Amino acid sequence: MDRLVELPFGKSVEIAYKSIRARFFRSLITTLSLVLAIAFLCYVQTGNLIAEAVLQHNGEEAYRILERAGYDIEPGATSIGDSAKQRWIIILSLLVCVVGIVNAQLMAVTERFREIGTMKCLGALNRFILRLFVLEASIQGLAGAFAGAMIGAVFALISSTFQFGSTVLASLPYTQVAATIGAATAVGCFLSLAGVTYPAIKAATMEPVEAMRVEE
Amino acid sequence: MTEQHAIIRTTNVVKTFQLGRHQLEVLKGISLTIAAGRYISIMGPSGSGKSTLFNMIGGLDKPTSGKVFIDEVDIAQLDAYELAWLRCRKIGYIFQTFNLIPVMTALENVTLPMIFAGTGNDEAVERGMELLRTVGLADRHSHKPSELSGGQQQRVAVARALANSPAIILADEPTGNLDLTTGEEIINLLKQMSTERGVTIISATHDFKMLNVSDEVIWIRDGMVDKIEQREELNISIGTIE
Repeated sequence: MDRLVELPFGKSVEIAYKSIRARFFRSLITTLSLVLAIAFLCYVQTGNLIAEAVLQHNGEEAYRILERAGYDIEPGATSIGDSAKQRWIIILSLLVCVVGIVNAQLMAVTERFREIGTMKCLGALNRFILRLFVLEASIQGLAGAFAGAMIGAVFALISSTFQFGSTVLASLPYTQVAATIGAATAVGCFLSLAGVTYPAIKAATMEPVEAMRVEE
Repeated sequence: MTEQHAIIRTTNVVKTFQLGRHQLEVLKGISLTIAAGRYISIMGPSGSGKSTLFNMIGGLDKPTSGKVFIDEVDIAQLDAYELAWLRCRKIGYIFQTFNLIPVMTALENVTLPMIFAGTGNDEAVERGMELLRTVGLADRHSHKPSELSGGQQQRVAVARALANSPAIILADEPTGNLDLTTGEEIINLLKQMSTERGVTIISATHDFKMLNVSDEVIWIRDGMVDKIEQREELNISIGTIE
C-alpha cells in the first residue's frame, strides 16, 4: 500500500479561499497595508507618466506647469524619471508594508495554532500547512495589490485632471499606465509572499502535540 | 485471536523535560500492552504524566528512552511521512476542546482526513454523511462548529476520528468540557463504536463515568503505572469509591 498522505491542489485552493472568506475582516486588515503601499507606488509611477505626457505635449510651458504642480524639474530636461527622493520613499513604504504583513500573519498563525495542530493530528504534512498559508497570501496579495494599483492609478488620473486640466487625459500613454498597474500588482504579490514566508514556516514546523496542549 | 493482538506496546518508556537547568522526569519507565478492540481508560491526577504518556501512545511525541510500538511498529523509526500516514489512517484523535476546524462545516470537518488519505470527493462526502448519521447529526452537516453545541461538536469530532476507519481512537478528556448528560452521551457513543467496529479506544480522563464502560483502567501516579484494573475488579472498587 502506498503510505502517503496527500492534499490535492484544487482542494488546497478551496480550503485557502474558504479560510479567507470565513475570516474576511481579519484578511482585510492583513491586506490593507499592502493595498495602501501598492496604491502609493502606483500613484507615484502613474503620476510620473502623466507628468511625462505633459512635458511631451506642452513644450516650454510644461516646465512652469510641472514646477507649479510640485515636480522637481530642471529647465531643459527631456524626461521625468523617478527622483531619488521618490525612490526612497517608495522603498521605505514597501518595507513598512512587509513588516506589517509579517506582523499580521504571525498573529494569524498564533490565532490558528490549534487549527494547525489539529490538521497535523489528522495527518497533514508540513508542506500542506505551508501551501495553505502561501495560497492564502497569494490570493490576498493578488486581490489586495490589484485593488491598490487600481486605486493608485485612478487617484493619479483624478488629481492630474485637477492639476493640468482635462486635456491631459487625451494625451496619456494608456498602455504604459496599464503596464504600471500590472507591475505594481506583481510587486504586491511578491511582497505578500515575502511577508508570509516566515510565519508560514513557523506554522508548518509546529508540533501536533501543541494542539493538545493549548489551553483556553 | 484479535483479543490477543497487541495494538500498542510500550517498553520502559522514560520521558524527561528540560525545565531551565532542571531535568524533570515525567515518565519513569512505563511498560504497557494494550490489546486490540478494548476500551481503555488512563486515569490519574493532573501532573501524573498521564497526558505525556497519552501523547507518546498517539505518536505525537517521542520518548526520551524506551520504545513505543503501534501495531508492532516502533514509532521512533518512522519518518515524517510515515508518521503523518499513521496519524491519518491508524489513529483517530478526540480532544477535550473538540478542535474542529472553525472555518469548515461539520461535513467538511469529517471529510478532511479522508481527503488527506486520498479518498475521492464523492466517496468522502458519502462516507462523511454516513458517519454524521451514525452520530445523529446528518441534518446539521452544513453547520459550522460555532453553530453547534458542545455536545454536537464533540459528536462531529467522534465522526471525524472515525473517518478513515482507524484501529485506535485516542480521546484526551473527551468529556472534560461537557456537562454530565452530554458527557455520558459521548461516552456511550464511544463505547458503541468500540463494540460495533472493534476500534481500540484509549481515553485519558478523570471522569469516573468513564470507568463504567472501560474494559481496563490504567492508573498512573508520579510517572509510573500505579495499577491496572480489569473490568471485573473495577465494579468492586467503584463500590468502595462511592
